[in-house]
Amino acid sequence: MWLPSYATLSDRLMRTLVVAFALAVLMFLIAPLFIIVPLSFSKDPFFTLPVREYSLRWYADFFGNARWMNAIFNSAVAAVMTTILATTLGTLAALGISRPDFPARRLIMALLISPMIVPIVIVAVGSYLFFGQFGLTNTRTGLILAHTALATPFVVITVTATLSTYDTNLTRAALSLGASPSSAFFRVTLPSIMPGVVSGAIFAFATSFDEVVVALFMTAAEQRTLPVQMFSGIRDQINPTIMAAATLLLALSITLFAMLALLTRRRLK
Amino acid sequence: MTVAEIDRVNIFMAVRRAEKPARRAALSLALPLIVFLVVAFVAPILYLLVTAVGNPETNEVLPRTLGALESWDGVSTPDEPVYAALAADLKVAKANSTAALLGKRLNYEISGMRSRVLAAARMVEKLDTGLYREKFLEMNRDWGSPETWAIIKRNGASFTPYYLLTALDLKQTPNGSIERVQGDQAIFLDVLGRTLFVAGLVTLFTLILGYPVAYVLTIAPKAIAGIMILMVLLPLWTSLLVRTTAWVVLLQSDGIINDVLMTLHLTGERLQLIFTRVGTVIAMTHIQLPFTILPIYSVMRSIPTTQLRAARSLGAPPSSAFWRIYAPQTLPGVVAGCLMTFILSLGYYITPALVGGPRDQMVSNFISVYINRDLNWGLAAALGVVLLVVTLAIYLLFLRLVGADKIKLG
Repeated sequence: MWLPSYATLSDRLMRTLVVAFALAVLMFLIAPLFIIVPLSFSKDPFFTLPVREYSLRWYADFFGNARWMNAIFNSAVAAVMTTILATTLGTLAALGISRPDFPARRLIMALLISPMIVPIVIVAVGSYLFFGQFGLTNTRTGLILAHTALATPFVVITVTATLSTYDTNLTRAALSLGASPSSAFFRVTLPSIMPGVVSGAIFAFATSFDEVVVALFMTAAEQRTLPVQMFSGIRDQINPTIMAAATLLLALSITLFAMLALLTRRRLK
Repeated sequence: MTVAEIDRVNIFMAVRRAEKPARRAALSLALPLIVFLVVAFVAPILYLLVTAVGNPETNEVLPRTLGALESWDGVSTPDEPVYAALAADLKVAKANSTAALLGKRLNYEISGMRSRVLAAARMVEKLDTGLYREKFLEMNRDWGSPETWAIIKRNGASFTPYYLLTALDLKQTPNGSIERVQGDQAIFLDVLGRTLFVAGLVTLFTLILGYPVAYVLTIAPKAIAGIMILMVLLPLWTSLLVRTTAWVVLLQSDGIINDVLMTLHLTGERLQLIFTRVGTVIAMTHIQLPFTILPIYSVMRSIPTTQLRAARSLGAPPSSAFWRIYAPQTLPGVVAGCLMTFILSLGYYITPALVGGPRDQMVSNFISVYINRDLNWGLAAALGVVLLVVTLAIYLLFLRLVGADKIKLG
């Protein structure tokens, strides 16, 4: 397939090998994710495939356990607050950066992107020590602030990408027709860049909801998030309830991913 | 200057002036985020840098002693006033329970100092008057050692290179020269080397596995390529902890990989995969693979496939057509993908903690141990600084070679 007619036998052989190799790598990428799904429905407390008997006992365990429920609640609150903050700050910044008159763009862009680059443990330790000076360690506020810093680059990147295809003449037209700057923004610009903003918000939500290292340092038992609960669960003694939690997280990731895929497809049209 | 030149300068300045409000407006939109990041992100990192060189303990607990040491010659056993000042300081320290802090700090540089300080603090509590020097020397001869006093005097400074030196397996001798630490104390260069080695290995594997995938993505029919790209993006989207959990389960000795190997008779006995370097590298490669594939793919997509055909039709054998025409053009994507993966691999914490053994722990894991278990924040911060410097050096290389605007998300 996909070869010109003059291809020789060795060309075809090579091509087949490369394609087979790539497919094997794709299986390596995907298979581990789905291995946990059947295990979470197994009745046995150990991890063997094929599953001998199916049951929902680990899900019952998960939903009946106050610790897991509390962790879900904490994660949700932190992720929603992070999303609101990061999306607002990031969208504004992207609007500024995308203007042709923006000064020192390279430098400021490097600053805005740096939370993606700095090793997460440094952010975690820095926040732990610094926020501790203000009594913010072991508080939800501290966690949200740190997560927001981590999430903003994603918003800046997605919104900037959308703005690069946005025709600024539309804003000018709105202004020349008598719209105030704010109504030009809310009624013309924002709807046009909405897919980028929503993509950024999804990225921000996922960043906070998945984040473990900062959460490990910044939370006490009461603010423990779902990933932290899972981390300590795996470290102590891996228990099938974690498979149920992981399967639910996987479902959440797929949902967020599908939302994002729909958005980008619409944007491409 | 000619009139024309003056005009040009004037026009240039006028344009700059006219642009100023627009520049300010553009900047003011980004300002909230810049301020936020400075407070919630840059300040914590700067605080970490300060913690790495901060040295408050001796200065706070022994102000009188340090004052009395000013006139000490540095080679003989100090005189009575120094011991009297030490006794006074330790009395206050005992009352404020800061003696333990001082003992812990000095113990980093002189082993046994923790118990010596605490014992001295207990002793001076009961002493009312004089001849402290004799009492101290009676209790422990080391209280007379000029080396001990040299280190105490040196730690009167508010800043210390001690933690940074330790993080690089160096130490300062009492006379001030710097030398390499020997034996089982020299662990940090090992940890740093291991971190770089594992990150390099993971980068190499993601490149070997990822490059053909990126290539096949560019030649596959559109519908199939769409599904393939989903298979690359979905793992990227899946929670890191879910992926690590999957590997913990897969790699167990009674786990699925061993089941398969046994069934296929590839091994006679069950292999130890979890808590090993092999397991860590496999899991990290799996997690980093999309980060390497995507930049390579985005560069490959812009290379016309007709070039390869042209090379072939001009008589190039397949391998030289590929290596001389195609591969060099994919280099920007390869560099971007590999640097991204290398940078991210340096900071791994979760996967080595859950999948690796004690000898596979990375710099991040050591930082966490010094924060949470040993409560040695200075050393944790210094290790953080070393990791940060290495990462930023590679990031600057990335910016130089690739550019920050090129970071894309799928």
